[in-house]
Amino acid sequence: MNLSDQLIQFLLSGFATGSIYALIGLGFSIIYNATGIINFAQGEFVMLGGMVTVFFLTSLHIPLPAAILGAVAITTFVGLLFERLAIRPIRKATPINLVIITIGGSILIRGLAMLIWGKDTHAIPGFSGEEPIMIGNASLLPQHLWIFGMTTLAIIASKVFFNYTISGKAMRACAFNPRAASLIGIDVKRMVLFSFVISSAMGSVAGFIIAPLTMTSYDVGIMLGLKGFCAAIIGGMSSGLGTVLGGIILGVLESLGAGLISSGYKDAVAFIILLLILFIRPQGIFKRAESERV
Amino acid sequence: MKRELVKYLLLVAAAVSMPYFFSDGYMMNVLVFVGINTMLAVALNLLLGFAGQISLGHAGFFGLGAYISGVLTATHQVNPWLAMLIAAIAVSFLAFLIGFPILKLKGHYLAMATLGLGIIIYIVFNEAVDITGGPSGLSGIPNLALGSLVFDNDVKNYCLVWTFTIVTILLAVNLAHSRIGRALRAIHDSEVAARVMGVNVRLLKVQIFALSAFISAVAGSLYAHVMTFAAPASFGFHFSVELVTMVIIGGLGSIYGSLFGATLLTLLPELLRTFQDYDIIIYGLILILVTMFMPGGLVQGIPSLLGALLPKKKEGRG
Repeated sequence: MNLSDQLIQFLLSGFATGSIYALIGLGFSIIYNATGIINFAQGEFVMLGGMVTVFFLTSLHIPLPAAILGAVAITTFVGLLFERLAIRPIRKATPINLVIITIGGSILIRGLAMLIWGKDTHAIPGFSGEEPIMIGNASLLPQHLWIFGMTTLAIIASKVFFNYTISGKAMRACAFNPRAASLIGIDVKRMVLFSFVISSAMGSVAGFIIAPLTMTSYDVGIMLGLKGFCAAIIGGMSSGLGTVLGGIILGVLESLGAGLISSGYKDAVAFIILLLILFIRPQGIFKRAESERV
Repeated sequence: MKRELVKYLLLVAAAVSMPYFFSDGYMMNVLVFVGINTMLAVALNLLLGFAGQISLGHAGFFGLGAYISGVLTATHQVNPWLAMLIAAIAVSFLAFLIGFPILKLKGHYLAMATLGLGIIIYIVFNEAVDITGGPSGLSGIPNLALGSLVFDNDVKNYCLVWTFTIVTILLAVNLAHSRIGRALRAIHDSEVAARVMGVNVRLLKVQIFALSAFISAVAGSLYAHVMTFAAPASFGFHFSVELVTMVIIGGLGSIYGSLFGATLLTLLPELLRTFQDYDIIIYGLILILVTMFMPGGLVQGIPSLLGALLPKKKEGRG
């Protein structure tokens, strides 16, 4: 393979992982916009999406589509429980306390997953086989197409939800100004719950579509969650196109870094980008700065 | 101030008497780690509890201290005391430089940025195999020595580590009661108000970050010389969270609370041997429950909880 073929290959795989980061990042920004919370447990929803699918497939021998639906349902339920049990009752909701509680939640979910499924790494078979599709000299797995398809679908669905349904509009109102939203009769608490439900569902989708490519285990949530957050930060915590682009930029840079520089430092690329963005443009690269209210 | 002095003398007395109570090596060994973790928890508390700035990357500073000391002494035969000093200065200088951009961030963003920093450091430990020995670790780090006294067994290590721990606590208590301590608490409550009162908020936050990193690096250096070995697994995200847990349990802004938190979290896994890997679940639960129901930590939380449950007898006096 010559350099240009290699570049196409890196771009393709970067695009695929970037789509996953975008999905996870959207989960972060949806909760952030509704509540002002950065949910450190977001990555664990991704892990659950993959692990529950594996569990249904291998232990209960349920066919793939049903296993996936089951995984999304269970993960969403966990997200709902998390909001009800840990986020809603908190008394003194300073940012540090919220950070610590969501970290506690993520540790707890990860620990329980380890308790239930052990420490082994599991694989899910590709949804449409493993036969690579050749584009010139670069190869593409059918699973990549699934990732592109599902990501696009999820993004369109969330766009429709936020712009054209009454609940979605209500959530945007809460993000804009919770007090004003509650004054016009929007149940802010319910919207917060909704945001956790949507984010956990979205996280689980990311979890089961990436599992055939990268394998899954109880501890994949940390890294995937952080990369998703990085995508959201690049995109300025928008629950739309910004985060999607952020994810894709991150995925492509990471893939290029791994291919051209060193694969060992692949994960460091994301965090260096994260720090640079936070230092130089904490409002994201597509957004104008907002002044902080005291 | 008199109460502080009494508390401190009690602590010193307790620390000095420990070797007479526990003659077996095992308990002394556990107490060595209690000492190191106490230093780390106190260092983090200065930042988290007093200045109100979270760090999820302190295991990184701890690890840098350990590795700089380890590499200098094991690979380059530098004197261990000199290596410790170099490590501490280098790490606090790094923290000072990175502190300016990183401490401009607040709340969740600061948490994520420090977390990212910690993970980058962790990745370097793993990947710079030529220098650090990679995932399998760096061995052959010499013990510290004073003349002919080599700190090579559990009791000697205990004395070494606790000397540092006690000095750290003294320093932290003094700092807390000084002008700086008050300025830090002002920052915690409101940065704008602190600035209006004439506190150089930006510089002070960075200075306390660097001091915290300095203490963590010394603890790391001690760790390396006591263990004579360092591996990346001890300095990961997991340990950063454990440190935050120690501070939270002990209570934000309470130095002796951090001592309590570090002691509890170091002893807990030893007492619950059967739990092994599952102790992490317990940390998760502790973090959530303490933050939700006892924001002041266990030291404050349990008495006030008992106070609420028990009938109040002392009321109505005077």
